[in-house]
Amino acid sequence: MSFEQPTHFAFDESSEAEIGKILAKYPEAKKASGVIPLLYVAQRQMGRSTGSAWVPKVAMDVIAGRLGMAPIRVYEVATFYFMFNMKPIGRHHLQLCGTTPCMLRGSDDVMRACHDAAHVQVGQTSADGLFTLTEVECLGACVNAPVLQVDDDYFEDLDYERTVALIEALKRGERPTPGSSIGRQTSAPEGGPLTLVDVPGVVVAGGE
Amino acid sequence: MAKVTVDGIEVEVPNGATVLQACEAAGKEIPRFCYHERLSVAGNCRMCLVEVEKAPKPVASCAYPVADGMVVKTDSPVVRNARRGVMEFLLINHPLDCPICDQGGECDLQDQAVGYGMDHSRYREAKRAVKDKYVGPLIKTIMTRCIQCTRCVRFAAEVAGVPELGATGRGEAMEIGTYVEKALTTELSGNLIDICPVGALTSRPYAFVARPWELRKTDSIDVQDATGTNIRIDTRGPEVLRILPRINEDVNEEWMADRGRFSFDGLKRKRLDRPWVRVDGGLRQASWPEAFAAIATKLKGMRGERIGAIAGDLVEAESMFALKALMAKLGSENLDCRTDFAAVDVTRPDFYRFNTTIAGIEEADALLIIGSNPRTESPVINARIRKRWVAGRFPVGRIGPAGIDLTYAHEHLGEGPDAIRALLDGSHPFMEVLKTAKRPMVLLGRGALMRADGLAVLAAAWEVARQADALREDWHGFNLLHLFGGQVGALALGFLPGASGQDIGQMLNGGVDALWLLGADGVDPATIPAETFVIYQGHHGDRIAGRADVILPGAAYTEKDGTWLNTEGRVQRGHLAVHPPGEAREDWRIIRAASEALGATLSFDSLAALRDAMALDEGLERRFVADATGPAADPSAMSAAPFVLPLANYHQADVIARASDVMAQCAATYAAPMPVAAE
Repeated sequence: MSFEQPTHFAFDESSEAEIGKILAKYPEAKKASGVIPLLYVAQRQMGRSTGSAWVPKVAMDVIAGRLGMAPIRVYEVATFYFMFNMKPIGRHHLQLCGTTPCMLRGSDDVMRACHDAAHVQVGQTSADGLFTLTEVECLGACVNAPVLQVDDDYFEDLDYERTVALIEALKRGERPTPGSSIGRQTSAPEGGPLTLVDVPGVVVAGGE
Repeated sequence: MAKVTVDGIEVEVPNGATVLQACEAAGKEIPRFCYHERLSVAGNCRMCLVEVEKAPKPVASCAYPVADGMVVKTDSPVVRNARRGVMEFLLINHPLDCPICDQGGECDLQDQAVGYGMDHSRYREAKRAVKDKYVGPLIKTIMTRCIQCTRCVRFAAEVAGVPELGATGRGEAMEIGTYVEKALTTELSGNLIDICPVGALTSRPYAFVARPWELRKTDSIDVQDATGTNIRIDTRGPEVLRILPRINEDVNEEWMADRGRFSFDGLKRKRLDRPWVRVDGGLRQASWPEAFAAIATKLKGMRGERIGAIAGDLVEAESMFALKALMAKLGSENLDCRTDFAAVDVTRPDFYRFNTTIAGIEEADALLIIGSNPRTESPVINARIRKRWVAGRFPVGRIGPAGIDLTYAHEHLGEGPDAIRALLDGSHPFMEVLKTAKRPMVLLGRGALMRADGLAVLAAAWEVARQADALREDWHGFNLLHLFGGQVGALALGFLPGASGQDIGQMLNGGVDALWLLGADGVDPATIPAETFVIYQGHHGDRIAGRADVILPGAAYTEKDGTWLNTEGRVQRGHLAVHPPGEAREDWRIIRAASEALGATLSFDSLAALRDAMALDEGLERRFVADATGPAADPSAMSAAPFVLPLANYHQADVIARASDVMAQCAATYAAPMPVAAE
């Protein structure tokens, strides 16, 4: 649990550009509504600059100042949503869904793969600092179960081997294409389209 | 108005009222934890569930608006079952530590568990435990007991104006706290203890001290600031164990400032409990007759104009009246009560009172503060100003040192009298704000009068009020905010130099041979000439007592029946809660006894007779201005020197607080640079 809180935080140029777009959505008097997007901006910036996407206290203070809120109101929001990491995490945040559909489709194997390949237990960060593993509730991608969220990307239709391959690729610094790991289009049926294939004039992507 | 039937009783309540208010109007008690009349509605404890006809399920009455023709049941089986369910859930994580909990005996949860709790628990899992938080030297936290009603969070954000408490985390992990370890930066923190319905926030100095049923409760008045907060002194035997506010809507609502609430441990330290007489240069313990004899030897035969008397800031009206009468008998007009050298004009009462009245603040629609920081000078009045500010459309301007957080937004107009000049000649736009306001207020701090040009400042502030049309037959917008409970009483009694009398400056400048200091702890001993014979009558051996030639041990405000006037001029009476320690006596009795020894026996020999003779104007009807003529001084005589605030250290501003260990801890905590200063 012990870690050091940075003493200084300032938004960089690309964060400022994002913030400009975010705050343009809210009237000046209601700019506090931007607190959640701004927390994301801060978390992503920490990921870019330090390799660990988390929100330090000083960043919350900066956001509070920017939005004219009391700092405690920002702490309340940030600690309420577990998507905001209140302590440093690994380079990649592995968030594995273990809710019923994913569990039925083999999330336990994916979990095992994470243990074996990334050498990390739930709630911990691997010794090499590359991975933090979190078990999460439904990610809303049940049709492509089991799902592993790596940072902001979903990797779907996983099994043990493909998860190991994914983690090994991440270790090499590669970034595999997100989405279905068996190549199906979004949540279309496995093996290609089965309906509407004989309608004249309709060309179904992925069909013959 | 909406007609609501509560348990068959028909009541009419205003539209927009809540069901809970309707139930109370019908005389039905609704249990509650999160709901508090003076805070916003949270509706999260669910204890106030009632059944409303045609509603599909029980509703939280505190957050449910009434509708015409509504039929409410507060005691049906559905309601009782619902509340039992709520209580069972509340108790799941609440520890069963009532025997060691300081809230025991006055705990809302304990009381309501008697009504709605089960005799056993069905919960077999592990209870959660929460780490205690540090929120300052006055409040002890045992956060495992917290039921998350968020009253404290709302109090801090809404009333105290320091949004530093919050609920972090969620669900099982939700905790109330400051997130970062820090003492709450408010002078009203003691109220969190009152407001907490369970034992999560309790008084640190009162920890493990007493149970409520052991205490004798005495009504009194807080004299440690000029608010006149109505208090209840809880005592056991000869000891004051705690002080709590009483409800008085016109004065303090139900709040109280920390210095008045927590500095009573100073009543047990550094006390003068027997007379002392200076013999051969050293102070020696003496008996009362010896002390009176020493005074008589010195004063008998002395010409009246060579004797002077100075009254201090916390003294009650009775003893000042007695001392004034004694001085008159001795032929002296050398009286003064302004140990802070404040310039006052007492030709009319409204020149030195808070004429708008504290409750009247809520009707004001613009405010100018001159030379005052009401947040430290009267935290409770500041909370009332904040309450008005929160209600909206309340521009506040302030003249005084820059960089002060009043807990509400205000415009800083300048540091010194030049800003008043700019208002008067119309060159500052804030004058327009005051003029367009229908009920503008000018709040002048007593600190602004503690300077050579004080009378000119007073006249200038009055002139601002006059020009802003704040002095009308239906509105009095001129206010003087005093600092301590005895100050207005002294002015009302005219404890001031007579026509040929000397003021405090002249008396200290060798104008008198004998000086009677009645609780005058504010006098700097170094300013008293070496040859002056000093009689000190008071309750604490503060620095001035060491200079005295005779010390007469008096009673502190908790130890006497007394009358105090708050800054409004409101006449309020406190009662004796404990007897003065040792040989110490009530102050008016000491003066009465001394008068006999001096051969100038005063006519009254009971408190009732004294009060009859004193004949203070007891009424406090709202004062309006019949005559807008201001104090006689010339506003243009103001110097350019910026205003200096009188209380450098809120927690140790008076003699009782200076003797208090608790206040010393507070001073150490808060006098250090505040964490907010970093911003």
